[in-house]
Amino acid sequence: MTTTPEKTGVDLVTVTIDGIQISVPKDTLVIRAAEQVGVQIPRFCDHPLLEPVGACRQCLVDIPDAGNGRGFPKPQASCTLPVAEGMVVNTQATSPVADKAQQGIMEFLLINHPLDCPVCDKGGECPLQNQAMSNGRGETRFEGVKRTYPKPINISAQVLLDRERCVLCARCTRFSEQVAGDPFIALIERGALQQVGIYENEPFESYFSGNTIQICPVGALTSADYRFRARPFDLVSSPSVAEHDACGSAIRVDHRRGKVVRRLAANDPEVNEEWITDKDRFAFHYATQPERLTYPQVRDEDGTLRPASWPEAFAVAARGLRAAGASAVLTGGRVTAEDAYAYSKFARVALGTNDIDFRARPLSAEETSFLAAEVVLTNPVTYADLETAKTVVLAGLEPEDEAGMIFLRLRKASKSARPGGGTRVVSIAPYTSRGLAKMSGHLVRTAPGAEAAAIEGLVEHAEFGLDSTAVILVGERLATVPGALSAAAGLARRTGARLAWVPRRAGDRGAIETGCLPNLLPGGRPVVDAAARVDAATAWGVDNLPETAGRDADAIVAALVSGELGGLVIGGVDPDDTSDPAATRAAIEAASFVVALELRETEVTRAADVVFPVAPVIDKAGMFVTWEGRPRTFEAILSSPSSLPDLRILAGIAEELAQLGQGRPLGFRTVAEAQREMSDIGPWDGARASLEGVETGRPPSSSTEGTFALATWKQLVDNGSLQVGDKAYLATGRAPVARLSRAVYDALGATVTLTGDRGSVTIAAEPADLDDDVVWVPANSFGNGVLADLASPGSRVTVKGAEA
Amino acid sequence: MTADMGTLTPVLTDNWADDRAWTLAAYEARGGYQALDKAFGMDPAAVIEEVKESGLRGRGGAGFPTGMKWGFIPQDNPKPKYLVVNADESEPGTCKDIPLMMASPHTLVEGVIISSYAIRANTAFIYIRGEVLHVVRRVQRAVQEAYLAGHLGKDIHGSGFDLDVVVHAGAGAYICGEETALLEGLEGRRGQPRLRPPFPAVAGLYSSPTVINNVESIASVPSIIEHGHAWFASMGTEKSKGYGIFSLSGHVQRPGQYEAPLGITLRTLIDLAGGIREGHELKFWTPGGSSTPILTAEHLDVPLDFEGVGAAGSMLGTRALQIFDDTTCVVRAVLRWTEFYKHESCGKCTPCREGTWWLVQVLAGLEKGEGAESDLDLLLDQCDNIMGRSFCALADGAVSPISSSIKYFRDEYVAHLTHGGCPFDHAASTVFAPAGATA
Amino acid sequence: MSLSETTYGELQEIAARYPEARSGLLPMLHLVQSSEGRVTPEGIEACAEILGISAADVSGVATFYTMYKRRPVGDYHVGVCTNTLCAVMGGDLIFERLKYHLGVGNDETTDDGKITLEHVECNAACDYAPVMMVNWEFMDNMDPDSAVRVVEDLRAGTEVRSTRGPRVVTWREAERVLAGFPDDLADEGPAAGPASLVGLGIARERGWTAPGLDTSSPGGSDDSTAEGAAGVPQTKQEAVEQADTSRAETETQQEEGK
Repeated sequence: MTTTPEKTGVDLVTVTIDGIQISVPKDTLVIRAAEQVGVQIPRFCDHPLLEPVGACRQCLVDIPDAGNGRGFPKPQASCTLPVAEGMVVNTQATSPVADKAQQGIMEFLLINHPLDCPVCDKGGECPLQNQAMSNGRGETRFEGVKRTYPKPINISAQVLLDRERCVLCARCTRFSEQVAGDPFIALIERGALQQVGIYENEPFESYFSGNTIQICPVGALTSADYRFRARPFDLVSSPSVAEHDACGSAIRVDHRRGKVVRRLAANDPEVNEEWITDKDRFAFHYATQPERLTYPQVRDEDGTLRPASWPEAFAVAARGLRAAGASAVLTGGRVTAEDAYAYSKFARVALGTNDIDFRARPLSAEETSFLAAEVVLTNPVTYADLETAKTVVLAGLEPEDEAGMIFLRLRKASKSARPGGGTRVVSIAPYTSRGLAKMSGHLVRTAPGAEAAAIEGLVEHAEFGLDSTAVILVGERLATVPGALSAAAGLARRTGARLAWVPRRAGDRGAIETGCLPNLLPGGRPVVDAAARVDAATAWGVDNLPETAGRDADAIVAALVSGELGGLVIGGVDPDDTSDPAATRAAIEAASFVVALELRETEVTRAADVVFPVAPVIDKAGMFVTWEGRPRTFEAILSSPSSLPDLRILAGIAEELAQLGQGRPLGFRTVAEAQREMSDIGPWDGARASLEGVETGRPPSSSTEGTFALATWKQLVDNGSLQVGDKAYLATGRAPVARLSRAVYDALGATVTLTGDRGSVTIAAEPADLDDDVVWVPANSFGNGVLADLASPGSRVTVKGAEA
Repeated sequence: MTADMGTLTPVLTDNWADDRAWTLAAYEARGGYQALDKAFGMDPAAVIEEVKESGLRGRGGAGFPTGMKWGFIPQDNPKPKYLVVNADESEPGTCKDIPLMMASPHTLVEGVIISSYAIRANTAFIYIRGEVLHVVRRVQRAVQEAYLAGHLGKDIHGSGFDLDVVVHAGAGAYICGEETALLEGLEGRRGQPRLRPPFPAVAGLYSSPTVINNVESIASVPSIIEHGHAWFASMGTEKSKGYGIFSLSGHVQRPGQYEAPLGITLRTLIDLAGGIREGHELKFWTPGGSSTPILTAEHLDVPLDFEGVGAAGSMLGTRALQIFDDTTCVVRAVLRWTEFYKHESCGKCTPCREGTWWLVQVLAGLEKGEGAESDLDLLLDQCDNIMGRSFCALADGAVSPISSSIKYFRDEYVAHLTHGGCPFDHAASTVFAPAGATA
Repeated sequence: MSLSETTYGELQEIAARYPEARSGLLPMLHLVQSSEGRVTPEGIEACAEILGISAADVSGVATFYTMYKRRPVGDYHVGVCTNTLCAVMGGDLIFERLKYHLGVGNDETTDDGKITLEHVECNAACDYAPVMMVNWEFMDNMDPDSAVRVVEDLRAGTEVRSTRGPRVVTWREAERVLAGFPDDLADEGPAAGPASLVGLGIARERGWTAPGLDTSSPGGSDDSTAEGAAGVPQTKQEAVEQADTSRAETETQQEEGK
């Protein structure tokens, strides 16, 4: 791997802080150099990931020698002052001048701060409270009138602002402008009346708004979700990994009395730095909804589902699957790697099939081959690489909606002040999204279906010519564009650019690594490679494994409908996410026996013959693998006897099947045992599958006059099933609109009706820089989603003015 | 001083009484825009050198050498260079740039062209506070006339030098007199001072090398070029060269603008102004606006140059000599100034934003005779916690009147407490008070 | 109510005056006031749209500067300086008298919509104290009676002239000039008021001049002095030591400390 940025010799500067000599890299700020000698200088506006501002003045220190033999006559703000060779710094620890200066500032900050700590959410974890104790006067000398404002105002549906508590450090406004690029909160008014505010008609709608709450050093910003819910000292905090996308963000989960009350960003400089999306922060109520399954069920003779014991359900499932004959497995993309491994092994050793697929979304055989050839076992690109790449090409990927941490990292990269300028972001997409604009990105306007040609066009592109310093990020949506993934692989090979595949779901990449694909066994072993099969069979202690590649999800659906397959083990799949929702429903209906593993009651569980309640992520240990290929492990935080990890359920069924003479037991029942086995079997070191390239398809002809090519992707905040339960969060989502070219918009008006082969939808319209015969709608923000209610992405739809 | 020099030395004010002095015709009739040709005959670096050698120090208050400031512009920086004229005259007591721009805007425009030529700027901005409509008009007109006459635009006077000048009206913010806050205002942002470094000379307007000079500094440039640095340096004192406009206001017989070499004394100026108001005595005065610590009658002979006033414990500032006689309550005066600083604090940093909020409350109490003598020590400690701790110099200015007034008039503060309120008759201080009214 | 096309076009015109469009925001908001009588939401949104910035950012600017008004301003904005010097010289009494006379408080408008009264900070005319501003034109050397006469004339529609400027136009017309669309009044009024000329008058009377100025001829300077005059600082450090703010010193040391 050549991903490490060039290490040039770091220039060190030696300074003396409180009498202790220390060498730190040039340009280090005094406040951080002091941390390295163990001195915490109090601060409010300072934040290591925001540009220095020097506003709160809390971090004043005495500099008797600036490194040039002369001192500063007055205390200096250590958060804006870089170290200099020979500089002498005396902090509050050794300098009465610095100590008095800090106490003076603290006193000023407190004169207008309300004494409502006992009812403030921040009380107990408040930097102002803590530092007032450590660096403030015991008693106030202020006897005057405090500044007051009406109590909190909603600056968005989720975020509340209590202006009385605000110390005007501007962390929130700086975050929104510098990091998220959503400057919808700003400092308004001036002087003592200065305050954070929004424009009246423009709420603070940002996918990253929750970060402002977390970095607020006082209780001025609170969330509707957590406000008044708990006291920090009553909470148990546990590290974990966010489950909503393939970014692998480190989070902290705070729970009390068996219930999660909030989630925060954890600090992982290599991954999410100190930020997370609002989805990762606020969307956790899905696990505590009333329809959560809490016991196994089996279908009775009378056709109804009835509660069953775990042993009975295992037995009924095993008997049913054995009787159903050929069976297949659909896992969905939200599985932990351990659960995915269990599904993968279950399919092979218990069901004797390679008919397994994690993709509960539109897919293609080209993609199946691409994943085996180009993705599994690779980790060509890291977050850090995005910051050093000269150019990053996005194709079939809208990072702000689909991979928030890639978005933030790319935005940071694009704004970098490094010599030669920041990373140039080039997006092959139907229009300039807000996210792309915020990254100052360049659009290669591409109609759905024409992505392959657009990618090929980049090889010799005059402006965006790529070389080995470039990175290509392809999203899972490219699967349905014939030749696009092949073209991306080809582009990488020809230019030397690095290529990474970015899926949407947290479990997708782990499912590939563990073989939840018809052509891959765990550890990237190609099914068709006899040596690889033998290797896996040996590890598993079975004589042989099925020799031919199995059916992918679409083929499984078709085979169930046609009766070629009888049984189905299905976990975490929503038919409306799949290529053809109606066909998937028909397949479940047609299957002679369906075993469903689910968190909550769904139409799948209602149609199943045996239903197992699976444990949500919070209740189990496991691992996700990020888009980079980085393993992210986490521990169980809560426990509930009413549900089990998928792998335990699969182990139970497999054991019963073995009793019946079919297949072998999985050989593990716990996450730890599964992890041990995964580690034992390890990655395949033999030959990789090669890419069965697909020729670039002709872009769909626009012969059908007057129709539009349908572009779509899922917005970050939408109707996804893991987002239910927090009204305030959902209210911050972007309103669903259809985007049309300016000319078409002008012709059709502000409301349009789209009609495709699966239905019609009437929706507000907005103009954007699309081609005249392309329309974009969000994939899962209305009805049952685009796939169920409108048409397949890339297909042709009609668009008419609704008022007409 | 040379023998032929008067006590007053009108240079900038010399044409103010001319008929229609603000017009190009009147200005050119006096030889206006000829210094420009002389400058074009020199290398830009030589113009900078000339201004350096003259010893001209910034007339906006801080007194930084103008030529040296120009010399900091990195000429190898490929970005465009900018000249920004600080015409945001707002310091209480300061009233010299406004009459200058009203009477002779072309002096400023010619200075802008020469200065821009020296630093190789092709765009200059004149940032005028918005609350002086007629001054904005006169400067707009002067710039328009200069364009029509070929003093601005492309290839000025055949020199090959191009310059565009934009007249920009502010919108009411004292803080925009601070140069980096002014740049923020000029960039269409809230006028809050910027972190330095980088300094404007390196990364100012639009992150490009920028010189920001006060109106009077720039207006002085044509005379320096015309008459030479030695001429300029022949006026003033050793380290405070040249002439400057001294603005007398308040309780003197003839308030107004007095242009004199730096180093003149207040005693001389008050004599010229006909003395203190009939029947009264000088009580306190500001040498350079409200941000400079007040002085008293004991400082009448302090040379009004940077060093002299500094040695007396104050600052020369903008030579805004606000004169208050014995009818004036110093506590009331200081409270009002403090209210001004509270109103004008930009809000960015804690000590200024919160400190002025608090100071006003303590002072208002004292003025009403509420509180205790210990409040004076509290005030002084608050001042100590503000002075030098804030982001910019505004808050330093805010505490100047408080600490200096307590230094000289502690008894008067105490008198408010013992009297149970202000012992002064405020009506006696007004210009329309009956003659001879007493406190 | 949305802005007229003309106003929108003029806002764009202002933005185009500057190397970077956002620099136009202050004059643009002046124009919004001229056109709408105050800073309206529509005006804020138009500025945001033209400059490609958020309305929150525009709002932050519009609420920072005191000349921008969120409530409708009368035909005439009357500002009474009550900063220390003017207050002491009579500004406080003038302001009290006008409040009483007009029946309004600070920053309020008379019921007839004619006059908005406000106390203002130092307007750089201290030698004419007490000073009043009408639509930002100087009304020098006022007293309570003359101030009342001015507002009465304004209400009556009688022409009012600035003591050092032209006839007073309406607040909206004034705002248009500040937006950079000049009217034709630059030539009205004197070059200088009496106080501005006091020193010059004395000098003339007594024959005082700057050296050689009475005989000065263009280009007549003496270039022979090659060395710096004594006392002129040759280094930044010297300059800083001479400059009289500790702030400047701090800056220099920081810069050198880099």
